[in-house]
Amino acid sequence: MMKRKHRRLVAVLVGLTALAGATALVLTAFQDNIMLFYSPSDLAEGPPQNARSFRLGGLVEEGSVRQMNGGPTVEFRITDLAESVPVTYTGILPDLFREGQGVVAEGVLNDAGVFEAREVLAKHDETYMPPEVAEALKAAGQWQGDEAEETAQ
Amino acid sequence: MPLHRFANPGRFMRLADRLLPWTGGLAVLAIGIGLVLGLFVAPPDYQQGESVRIMYVHVPAAWMALFVYTCIAVASAVSLIWRHPLADLAAKASSPVGAAFTFLALVTGSLWGKPMWGTWWVWDARLTSVLVLFFLYLGHMALMTAFEDPARGRKAAAVLALVGFVNVPIIKFSVDWWNTLHQPSSVLRLDGPSIHPDMLWPLLAMAVGFKLYYVLLLLIRIKSELIEARLRALGRAAMTSAPAPAPVAQ
Repeated sequence: MMKRKHRRLVAVLVGLTALAGATALVLTAFQDNIMLFYSPSDLAEGPPQNARSFRLGGLVEEGSVRQMNGGPTVEFRITDLAESVPVTYTGILPDLFREGQGVVAEGVLNDAGVFEAREVLAKHDETYMPPEVAEALKAAGQWQGDEAEETAQ
Repeated sequence: MPLHRFANPGRFMRLADRLLPWTGGLAVLAIGIGLVLGLFVAPPDYQQGESVRIMYVHVPAAWMALFVYTCIAVASAVSLIWRHPLADLAAKASSPVGAAFTFLALVTGSLWGKPMWGTWWVWDARLTSVLVLFFLYLGHMALMTAFEDPARGRKAAAVLALVGFVNVPIIKFSVDWWNTLHQPSSVLRLDGPSIHPDMLWPLLAMAVGFKLYYVLLLLIRIKSELIEARLRALGRAAMTSAPAPAPVAQ
């Protein structure tokens, strides 16, 4: 009786280990496909192969947002603090879109090297605090670019 | 019907009866405190404003989705290896609860995503792996009852639960391994929570409340399964001892 239990335990452990190994290999092989977006640095190494439309993610560069003559078209640059890519977008931006904030844009890279976005999503960071605390941190000079450390990793 | 099936379950029934009122009372208390703190007392977020309050349901529900699945996987391993009679019942009782929590996490996440991200849904690693978890729960529930012989159904479901367990670390670490739209973890971090204490407390109260609620449902559901098994056994005993009943005209 003891022996059968023991055998079943070994079988389950071996099975799970093999499964974990296989899953790790598959996930590693599909690494690029599981990534939701490319960073500007990825783009600098060469635009993604056989994908006309793709997602580009990073921070909205400080001071780069320009409204085109009051129209619905916006120009800004997406940066990962190493490289940056110019982006144009026509449409309504999400509430959290602002300079220094993370965004993920989907669209195509045109011949002039400008990313023409069809959709812009705001990426939220993992910091939660009341507005007064945020104000106090800024006033005390303790404010860290919350997004910057995340994308820089 | 081997006698040991009733030896442990009998003790379980007595324990469950003693625990039930406490678990129920504490669950209501913790969820009540969590909801009042989260919806009325906690401050709005500096960027999300009032929408942050969705988090007090979304995050504990998502934790439960992973927690309940882990419980099912452990119960399934115990059932496959040691053939403990209560382990199967615990796994069977858990999957609808886990599926409900996963669904709640998906729906509240979607409601939060629209105003914050600008989309209801995106196929990033976190969202997709949680959707897979939801389907695993549904598959587990379906397999349990898919066979004529309940023992075979329980065994197949246990194997599925163990195989599907690879998804749990994938969900947990998806936001660290790949770039996703979903933000990384705010509470379980090496450098401490990146969430203000005024927002952390309602979150933790809700998490404790959801866990107690799960325990409550687990006790009730296992109890009713045991009663049902006893009824079936009694029916079989009556059928074999009594002379065959005459066919009843409908």
